[in-house]
Amino acid sequence: MYPAQFDYRRAGSVDEALSLLQENEDAKLMAGGHSLIPMMKLRLAQPPVVIDIGRLDELKGISEGNGSVRVGSLTTHADIAASDVLAAHCPVLAEAAGHIGDAQVRNRGTIGGNIAHADPGSDIPPVLVLLGASIHLQSPSGARSVAAAEFFQDLLMTDVGEDEILTHVDAPALGAGTGAAYLKFEHPASGYAVVGAAASVTIENGRCTAAGLVVGGVDATPTAVDVSSLTGSDLSDDAIAAAASGLDAEDPIGDIFASGDYRVHVGKVYGKRALAAARDRAS
Amino acid sequence: MTVSIQLEVNGKPVQAAVEPRRLLVHFLREDLGLTGANIGCETSLCGACTVLVDGNAVKSCTMLAAQADGASVTTIEGLAQNGELHPLQEGFWEKHGLQCGYCTPGMILSANYLLTQNQNPNDEEIREGLKGNICRCTGYHNIVEAVKYAAERMS
Repeated sequence: MYPAQFDYRRAGSVDEALSLLQENEDAKLMAGGHSLIPMMKLRLAQPPVVIDIGRLDELKGISEGNGSVRVGSLTTHADIAASDVLAAHCPVLAEAAGHIGDAQVRNRGTIGGNIAHADPGSDIPPVLVLLGASIHLQSPSGARSVAAAEFFQDLLMTDVGEDEILTHVDAPALGAGTGAAYLKFEHPASGYAVVGAAASVTIENGRCTAAGLVVGGVDATPTAVDVSSLTGSDLSDDAIAAAASGLDAEDPIGDIFASGDYRVHVGKVYGKRALAAARDRAS
Repeated sequence: MTVSIQLEVNGKPVQAAVEPRRLLVHFLREDLGLTGANIGCETSLCGACTVLVDGNAVKSCTMLAAQADGASVTTIEGLAQNGELHPLQEGFWEKHGLQCGYCTPGMILSANYLLTQNQNPNDEEIREGLKGNICRCTGYHNIVEAVKYAAERMS
């Protein structure tokens, strides 16, 4: 399978990439290419110009400070999964990245490309929404950030503007007493999540003070579940199952492998398991 | 348009002008005649096209040749040294880790990458490490044995 013909430009800096974006209408940015190249081979995407930003070291790396972690958009899934910084401060993000595809895909795929593509079967989006992460974008007119919950707008659609580059993601570090987990029901052939559940539980003085659950794969964008009933609860298996059963989607996505109703059902089951795992890690 | 690229393939410098849409696997097979990297699914799933790029296992059907500019690429043709099979090649031979052989180059390069990350993997870690490589003949059992054989030889 050959992609359609295109012109190739390699950006040497973020600024150069931004001006190339402005000069070339309908150009696409390419990071690791692991969402874009498959789309181009299937001719679902036929950009006239591809701007390769894969060598911009300024967009790579993971750091921690002021209670949050920063992940550059060009950081590969392999580096996120193996990060000592994330293992210490935000292990659930590393856990989710380690579930993506396989070793070869994780060696090339990047967090920025992943979330800019916004596949509903992707492992990263529900985790970013759960964490309340902010996604940072740069354009010729300046920088802005958007909350993960607002970033994912619809199937394969995000808040990234035509003249913008995704530069990095900031996520709050998990505090003491907080446990989080990502559990995935994986499509056996593609490796994408049929359903992926990201959950967090905070326990202070033996009491649950906060809990969250976000499920991917059920709707076009990550679905937040109201699990506020767990606050103040004993976090029993029954309480967790009742909270996870609140997962609802008005118009769940379905395909030949998993119908919408089935995805909602599996989402409740995996939501329950993810919450229980988060509880066990918190205590 | 064409893109000028310079890279190292199996230790030898290579210079070429490629179409931007030239995939690395096509460049290796058709331009360089290195047909070890096989084309299976072409959808980033089967792993038959796996090569090492700067030491990392990647699927060469999902990478532009232009993206490999400046990189060091290793294909199955580059593993044997001075006529001596690489321990992984020997392991697949000794443990019957292949039947039709189509997936074998990709399997061996993924296993090679795994052994750089984990010198003594257990069965589960080997299976996880080779998750991106599909074999339709063997049932994987002897592939796991072959990797364990190589890990022992290399330690």
